[in-house]
Amino acid sequence: MVQIVDYDAGNVRSVQRACKYVGIDAQITADPEILLKSDKVIFPGVGSAVSAVDTLQARGLDEALKEFYQSGKPLLGICLGLQITLEYTEEGSRDCLGLLEGACERFNFTDGSIKVPHIGWNEVEVVQSHPMLKNIRSGDEFYFVHSYFAKPSESGWIHGVTEYGDKQFASILARNNLFATQFHLEKSGELGLKLLAEFADWQGGSC
Amino acid sequence: MLSKRIIACLDVRDGKLAKSVRFVDTKDIGDPVSKAKEYYEDGLDELVFYDITASSEERNTMLDVVSNVAEQVYIPLSVGGGIRTVDDANRLLWAGAEKINVNSAAVKRPALIAECAHSIGTQNTVLSMDILKVEMGREFPSGYEIVINGGRTPMGIDALVWALKGEELGAGELVVNSIDADGTREGYEINLTRMIAEAVSIPVIASGGAGKPEHLYEVLTEGKADAALVASMVHFGEYTVSGLKKWLHDKGLKVRLRY
Repeated sequence: MVQIVDYDAGNVRSVQRACKYVGIDAQITADPEILLKSDKVIFPGVGSAVSAVDTLQARGLDEALKEFYQSGKPLLGICLGLQITLEYTEEGSRDCLGLLEGACERFNFTDGSIKVPHIGWNEVEVVQSHPMLKNIRSGDEFYFVHSYFAKPSESGWIHGVTEYGDKQFASILARNNLFATQFHLEKSGELGLKLLAEFADWQGGSC
Repeated sequence: MLSKRIIACLDVRDGKLAKSVRFVDTKDIGDPVSKAKEYYEDGLDELVFYDITASSEERNTMLDVVSNVAEQVYIPLSVGGGIRTVDDANRLLWAGAEKINVNSAAVKRPALIAECAHSIGTQNTVLSMDILKVEMGREFPSGYEIVINGGRTPMGIDALVWALKGEELGAGELVVNSIDADGTREGYEINLTRMIAEAVSIPVIASGGAGKPEHLYEVLTEGKADAALVASMVHFGEYTVSGLKKWLHDKGLKVRLRY
């Protein structure tokens, strides 16, 4: 069974709908016990990292997610779900889960015409192959909505990069049984759905 | 590099698609769900539903429309019209909307913007502004005034002042809708769009007046808009979403072509 983590950070139902559309039977849960018993977990999220981390902690979902990751079972992070897998975010100076070493920083452009948040469709360049990415080509576009971006301490975890303004940031991260996208694959049309569909078969390895 | 977005706006009245000309004389033109699906499959980047009904039972019809669309259309879905409270916003999000457009109610009670930004997130809170050209002067330094109730009620608020206030209160995007241009198909209000896009640091969506592909090109370059809203030019089949995007691409604009 696939469980989608509900921590009041965005529309978990959008992710559930997209799962259903691609044939993944996914349930929504806020219960750490249920999360730990599931075969695969989707960790989505939009909005503020501050209230997200608070809610995860209040529900005991932070520890459950760490334990789930340690179990080696497939974990899919989306947007805020990617950012919170790192150790720390500048947003509200919060400590996060630390499944990946590194931090999230805010976009900061000297050119005032570059808008923040980064909202819209942008290209992903695949820099490292991954079983989740077998139907994705470099240059495919996905839907982004975010003001912070991930800077993992190990470049080997970066599988996709995206350019915005004069910055290039990590838009896909993967390590062992964790695969995470900064973009919203549930709102990225057929290409996003293709990527999500791979999660049904993925067993958590990197090849 | 970020693509310029093409957003289709569907005015919905009592569960049916309607297109207004200068906000009066609306007429039904079809089923919003099948239209949404058609545009999605043709490469549309984002959808906006505007609920132009008034009564509460009709609002429930809108929730059904949103939920039916959300099951078939996997691009961002934005909904506006009659949103007065965070509860209204949450009901729409639960039905499947991604973003909420606030308009008249936010002009009357600006705290609504901050409440939405706090509850559903800045990036999901869109401030939609209906704007009328007026004489530039002490009362309206920008030469544009905010109007509400579908363009019928002038509010005595300068449009640029309101745009900056909206950003400060937590809006994540702005829709700049020119009442003068709306439904005319004679082109967007370029000066108005550029003035606001240059003043704020959040994305600006140009709205009102699109009739030809050239109009989109103008507003996305000269007008500095991040996205362009289209309605009648695609609703009646004169242009297609993919055709418009191909045209813009050939003119050198970055748009999403693979989908």
